Amino acid sequence: MTHKDRYDVVVIGSGPGGLAAAIAAKQNGAQDVLIIERDIEPGGILLQCIHNGFGMETFKEDLPGPSYAQRFIDQAMQAKVEFLLDTMVLEITRDKRILASSRKHGFLEIQAKSVILAMGCRERTRAQVRLPGTRPAGVYTAGTAQRWVNVEGYMPGKNFVILGSGDIGMIMARRLTFEGAKVERVLEVMPYLSGLTRNYVQCLMDYDIELQLKHTVKNIIGKNRVEAIESVAVDDKWAPIPGTEEIIPCDTLLLSVGLIPENELSRQAGVIIDPITAGPFVDDGFQTNIPGIFSAGNVVHVYDLVDWVSEAGLIAGKAAAVLAQKGKLDETPTIPVKAADNVRYVVPQALHPDHLADGPIPLQMRVTKPIEKPVWVEVRSGEELIARKAEPYARPGEMVTVTLKPEHLDKVKASSELRIAVVER
Amino acid sequence: MKSYDVIIIGGGVIGSMTARSLSRFDLKVLLIEKESDIGSGASSANSAIIHAGHDPVPGTLKAEMNSLANPMWDQVSVDLGIPFRRSGAYIVTIDEDCSCLDGLMQRSKQNGVRAEVISGEEMLKREPHVNPAVQGALYTPTGGMVDPFAAVIAPLENAIANGVEVLTDTAFTGFIMDGDTIKGIHTNRGDFGCRWAVNAAGVDCDDVMHAANVRPDFTITPRRGEYYILDKSEIQIDNILFPVPNENSKGILVLGSTHGNAVVGPNSNLVPGKNDTAVTGAGLNEIWAGAQKLVPSINTRGIIATFAGMRATGNARSLNVDYSHDFLIEIAKEVKGLVNLGGIESPGLTAAPAIAERVVELLKDAGEKLTEKKDYNPIRKQRPRFNHMTRAEQAALVAKDARYGRIVCRCEMITEGEIVAEIHGPIPARTYDAIKRRTWLGTGRCLGSFDMPRVVDILARELNISPLEVTKKGAGSEFLFRPTKETEA
Repeated sequence: MTHKDRYDVVVIGSGPGGLAAAIAAKQNGAQDVLIIERDIEPGGILLQCIHNGFGMETFKEDLPGPSYAQRFIDQAMQAKVEFLLDTMVLEITRDKRILASSRKHGFLEIQAKSVILAMGCRERTRAQVRLPGTRPAGVYTAGTAQRWVNVEGYMPGKNFVILGSGDIGMIMARRLTFEGAKVERVLEVMPYLSGLTRNYVQCLMDYDIELQLKHTVKNIIGKNRVEAIESVAVDDKWAPIPGTEEIIPCDTLLLSVGLIPENELSRQAGVIIDPITAGPFVDDGFQTNIPGIFSAGNVVHVYDLVDWVSEAGLIAGKAAAVLAQKGKLDETPTIPVKAADNVRYVVPQALHPDHLADGPIPLQMRVTKPIEKPVWVEVRSGEELIARKAEPYARPGEMVTVTLKPEHLDKVKASSELRIAVVER
Repeated sequence: MKSYDVIIIGGGVIGSMTARSLSRFDLKVLLIEKESDIGSGASSANSAIIHAGHDPVPGTLKAEMNSLANPMWDQVSVDLGIPFRRSGAYIVTIDEDCSCLDGLMQRSKQNGVRAEVISGEEMLKREPHVNPAVQGALYTPTGGMVDPFAAVIAPLENAIANGVEVLTDTAFTGFIMDGDTIKGIHTNRGDFGCRWAVNAAGVDCDDVMHAANVRPDFTITPRRGEYYILDKSEIQIDNILFPVPNENSKGILVLGSTHGNAVVGPNSNLVPGKNDTAVTGAGLNEIWAGAQKLVPSINTRGIIATFAGMRATGNARSLNVDYSHDFLIEIAKEVKGLVNLGGIESPGLTAAPAIAERVVELLKDAGEKLTEKKDYNPIRKQRPRFNHMTRAEQAALVAKDARYGRIVCRCEMITEGEIVAEIHGPIPARTYDAIKRRTWLGTGRCLGSFDMPRVVDILARELNISPLEVTKKGAGSEFLFRPTKETEA
């Protein structure tokens, strides 16, 4: 496919966030929409997620990752979204010039009216959780192992220990078991699961894979290849408890210890990053501090479900298309949205109250501590309660959403800031 | 039996620089390295500093070699294409009284090193990240930072271009002696004859000496140093910051690198094994606390890698002064044909080019007639480095060879073209870690989790082997076990 050097909207990344954003941009009137993808085919990390569990909200169907992605790819193709594959974006400037490089297309410079950042997230590594020990082959992130097994068709080990109860780790525990490997143990330093409960049930319990909460890796042993790991129990302050060490022979340690939004390009462009989410500060249209640069999906904050990533992409794509067509900025005022009691962060971090006239605005958050009792998710302006939603419990591993509706318009417009709290009912 | 004039045992920075110095002359030279790649020991894990020379005890070989070598790096780095920056270095006082810098100032003078004391205020101006409680600092303008991997690979590539032979995966197992004369060496890959053996075996240099019944009292007591690397997008340090040194080491530093990422470390701990380069929880806590004293604003969020290296601390006494951990640079007296380069710990990287030249002098003194080659070429041809280029240069490179257009390591922006060039380079990079040391691929914030499957593919393709045979660092470190869907019985 030939490409032009000017587009209304350019999307960086063709995972679920980028695909949805490109489709929405087209549906909302953008003429030329381009997706730039570094891999050789579109779909992002979904392509290596061959397990099911995708699309229950979007399609009311239980789909494997590649099938979920294909539905959006088909829609994007029908909408005549253009693709540049096997192409890496090197730089985005404040004035929305994009520099990219590709084996097939060479060195490219493209001017966009709106840019949508949809680079997704990367996995935390052993260094980021400060794992001691040697540095042999056989220490991989769960996602790298997933690519090897599901895309390349190779087994990266025989006997595994998995550190971290993130979703990819638990899903890989099951996948590796299917492939004849032995998963000796899953260790989780926190006193609670960090992924979804359904994955614990379907991936660990159903296959008799032991989960040890409040345990971590004290040492990685082995010169050339992992030979064993030493596990240890931790106290309430994550300090190792002497005497609880155990040597677990294994040849591979997989890490599923969290995801970080991938914002190196964003930073270079001058996008301001929220230290809590590690994603850009955004408004209700997912616009960053730089007018015309938007962001969609896991690049903003890490979602639990792909369906929500797609939903965020649709919002960002629409906002980016509107701006590209109008050619002028939305100058309606914004108010900050702040995390209050037991809320670690809320996205968006600011919103345009006037936008509530056009439709509901979802606010998404993660709680600081688990509350295993019924809770209220409250939106307040000062002491005044504007909206609230009941949830049966709140856990850090599971995102919480409360939605502001057009009926809240007047109260929100009268506010100087909104504060979001999750409290016991 | 294949015979050489000189065999160098050990492919670290000392062996590599020595090979290059000897390649100037009409000598048949072989360098052997026991690992799958050169530069995988102490040379792969150190602070990457070209020391000004303020620290070594005056009168020691350490002080002499440091002072001789420091100015050599300008020419060496240009000739060989080794990233090097004379950033200057600071010894910073925080809690201590500034007067403790006087002793260091005195020592600098004795070692012939330029130094000046600056105020805390001036220090803060030059490095805003430094602890605001800074009292003052000793500034040594000739200190600098170097790419530690290139410092090993580049000289040896140049030596190869000038006729030196290199064998990796080749371990020294003993000497072939004729009475008290060395006639060659035994290795796991057969015997090789030689008139001279150069012992540049790093932490194993004592074992090599003892194999010739030389210096039975000389021992290496390995001391491990642990490090953190910090993300350049979290903190940018352009300087080298030392604390006031203690007896054992120069202390835990915070420094920039030619690579852009700040480095924190090392501690200095005795360990039982020469190969025990594991990082430890206690050690990591120790260096973090030490570094926070110098730069309180470092954040654990910025940590992208940890590593540990081993110092080859020896027990050689200095000839002229009372000091017992000096370099040992000598022609052995007990046998004929052995050059010992022992106990080369810090400032060994700095001193390497001077030590290499000292080997040439020692051979001359021993009566070797060294004739300079007419066609000796001191210049190493550099291969393209995509992320060091301007956008225009990048565009031109990609237009010429499309493989440079595909980015394989996204954090460090390393291209397929560079990886392929290293696999087929003068010292072929046949493992993941060998590619990593030559390109800095996989050293960024994702620690290779993105590029690893892609690099395994490229290595398999270029070496015409199965992905199952691709290793991280030689035999026994394969990444993959078997194809899927062939469940073991």
